[in-house]
Amino acid sequence: MVIGSASSGHRAPLLIRGGRVIDPANGLDAVADVLLRDGLVGEVGRGPDGRGLTAPQGARTIDAAGLVVTPGLVDLHTHLREPGFEDKETIRSGTLAAVAGGFTSVCCMPNTEPTLDTAAAIQFVQRTARAAGVARVYPIGAITRGRKGRELAELAELAEAGAVAFSDDGDCVMDGAVMRHALEYSLIVRRAVVQHAEDTSLSAGGVMNEGPVAARLGLPGWPRQAEEVIVARDLQLAELTGAHLHVAHASTAGTVDLLRQARGRGVYVTAEVTPHHLTLTEDLVAGHWWSATASLPPYDARTKVNPPLRTGDDTAALVAGLKEGVLDCVATDHAPHTATDKRCEYAVAAFGIANLETTLGSVLSLVHEGKLDLVEAVATMTCRPAAVFNLPGGTLSPGAPADVTLFDPEREWNVDPHHFHSKGKNTPLAGHFLRGQVLFTVTGGEVAFER
Amino acid sequence: MRRKDVLDLDDFSAEELHEVMETAEAMREVLSRPIKRVPPLRGKTIVNCFYEASTRTRVSFELAGKNLSADVVNVGASGSSVEKGESLVDTTRTLQALGADMVVMRHPHAGAPYLVARELSAAVINAGDGWHAHPTQALLDLFTVRDRLGSLEGRKVVIIGDVLHSRVARSNIWAFTTMGAQVVLCGPPTLIPAGIETAVAEGRRRRWGDGIQSGVQKEHAAVKVQYDLDKACQDADVLMALRIQKERQAGALFPSLREYSRLYGLTQERVARAKFGALVMHPGPMNEGIEIMPEVAYGAQSVIEEQVTNGVAVRMALLYLLAGGHGGRAV
Repeated sequence: MVIGSASSGHRAPLLIRGGRVIDPANGLDAVADVLLRDGLVGEVGRGPDGRGLTAPQGARTIDAAGLVVTPGLVDLHTHLREPGFEDKETIRSGTLAAVAGGFTSVCCMPNTEPTLDTAAAIQFVQRTARAAGVARVYPIGAITRGRKGRELAELAELAEAGAVAFSDDGDCVMDGAVMRHALEYSLIVRRAVVQHAEDTSLSAGGVMNEGPVAARLGLPGWPRQAEEVIVARDLQLAELTGAHLHVAHASTAGTVDLLRQARGRGVYVTAEVTPHHLTLTEDLVAGHWWSATASLPPYDARTKVNPPLRTGDDTAALVAGLKEGVLDCVATDHAPHTATDKRCEYAVAAFGIANLETTLGSVLSLVHEGKLDLVEAVATMTCRPAAVFNLPGGTLSPGAPADVTLFDPEREWNVDPHHFHSKGKNTPLAGHFLRGQVLFTVTGGEVAFER
Repeated sequence: MRRKDVLDLDDFSAEELHEVMETAEAMREVLSRPIKRVPPLRGKTIVNCFYEASTRTRVSFELAGKNLSADVVNVGASGSSVEKGESLVDTTRTLQALGADMVVMRHPHAGAPYLVARELSAAVINAGDGWHAHPTQALLDLFTVRDRLGSLEGRKVVIIGDVLHSRVARSNIWAFTTMGAQVVLCGPPTLIPAGIETAVAEGRRRRWGDGIQSGVQKEHAAVKVQYDLDKACQDADVLMALRIQKERQAGALFPSLREYSRLYGLTQERVARAKFGALVMHPGPMNEGIEIMPEVAYGAQSVIEEQVTNGVAVRMALLYLLAGGHGGRAV
């Protein structure tokens, strides 16, 4: 299958009937039919007589009664690991995981080997993704050569090759002058500079949130201030340069406050938050020691992620920030690792959670708890992220790419990583029940995933 | 003792601590005999797995096992498969396959013995993991204090120095507060872990519920932080100096050993501020003249050598109880 070429008219039309269609960009939340043809959204509605759209000849029909039908989900922060770490994930396995989780578009991070800091590397990812033909992959180019934080990568050439943004994710651009210059230079191509905010002199060696739990476990702490000082600095630099700063994986209440203030004075800043920072806390690292209901043992490295899980006050502030719009969107920070990378001493284990297949369920848990409404939740994974990097998709407007996700918001399922399409089985949610599961994912008018 | 492993003392009740203490007294009696060897662990194999250099703890465990007639095998990180890059989980499976009955583990990373204990049907005793815990050191400290001062109820125990990087301090906090003592942590703010007071209060609440276990007065069983050693020493029953690692200076955690010693060195003057007959302790090895002055270390109030001697008895008690022995004078 070839994704995204609007001219490929040989594909059979697809009619999705009778679902609850939520298209936040168009203010739509109603039972309706969605007709996809020629790789694009054709029509959304109930037809002239209100009895539904008519299926064109040769169309496949999906009965979506009882399901929620949304634009295909968009992820701004995915680690596909290829090239270089194919034991953790490949572009193919990662995009299969994406569609299994309802994501039709993923932006992949450049911390591969080699780094995505050349046009050739960007094109390799695009080519491989097209060959896999599962989901749309938008590569993010490195900010600096080799992600070393010193010299700028050829940002204009990366953008011409198709990089949708720039990031040294995994590492922070620590040098203030380099960050300033990256922001300034990004004005040439009008792409966001995505910062992994971590002052490494403050987080030095930290593997979990600094505070009572770390004190008890004897693990080196990663204080919230290590994130916030970089966010504060970068906001000043974004204001100075007028460039677009995007804050990756905001994890603290303080970051939300800084973003709110900066937005108030008109700084061009966007931000994302991960499902784990919205729903999980540092207590999980202490496992069933700290909470009798916890299913994990203490020091389980599946809880190890960068930035680390924080506190209940932080999750509350992050949810509020997402609802308010100070945080633009949810991003998975899908970080697959091998079992060996995680089955070891906590301090030695790799950072990251394989999130693509559980993100929707985690975000829906906020809906079930009454903290977000369903339309807001859908927006944070569709039109809102698409707008951040100005990506196609994220809506069901006629003429938009025919990317659609169908999920049952009530269906309960047990998270069994062995059933993941991702090679990464590393999630602290293993064994948990989530409510809300993807049943169909349509990419470019074709069913890319069907449960 | 109804547990497979001893990984920390945070989950020990006062009753369990008493059981270990009483068994250790019996073991000390064994150690006073002309022939120190008794048979309860005959035919059992203990593997001492030390991933970090240690002399006193390793030798103490080795003697404890041999005194109980166990076969004791030492595995060090150097010369073993660890150097070849074998993972901890693999090493653990090997120990399991070789049929070890008990594994004593010292490891540079916090939590490592927990990983091992989950994989292994043998008993695991934590002999120190990173900055996290050193339960047998805390048990021998508790034994030494109890032996000299009797009840711990309402006693003030001051732990002095680098608490941040100290597994000894973390385990001692649980041991002493569970027995009803108040623990004061005294050191430069850079070497006190953020949130430690909350950690202890919250950890205790979550482990034991809002009610406090029998025999422990709530107001005493707490941890306080104090930066001024002269003040901390007042009314103290126990002064425990921790080893300062000289390399911490490089991380800007304190300006110089000179200033550290001036502020936090245990001197005669400071000992004189404590209660009459207060005990001076140190887990060793000491930097004499830095965290503790020689005249204090070898003075009349010092029980530092007793700590080492008692360590063997306490470890014998623990091995014995974990192997299914019963408390009291059963040996």
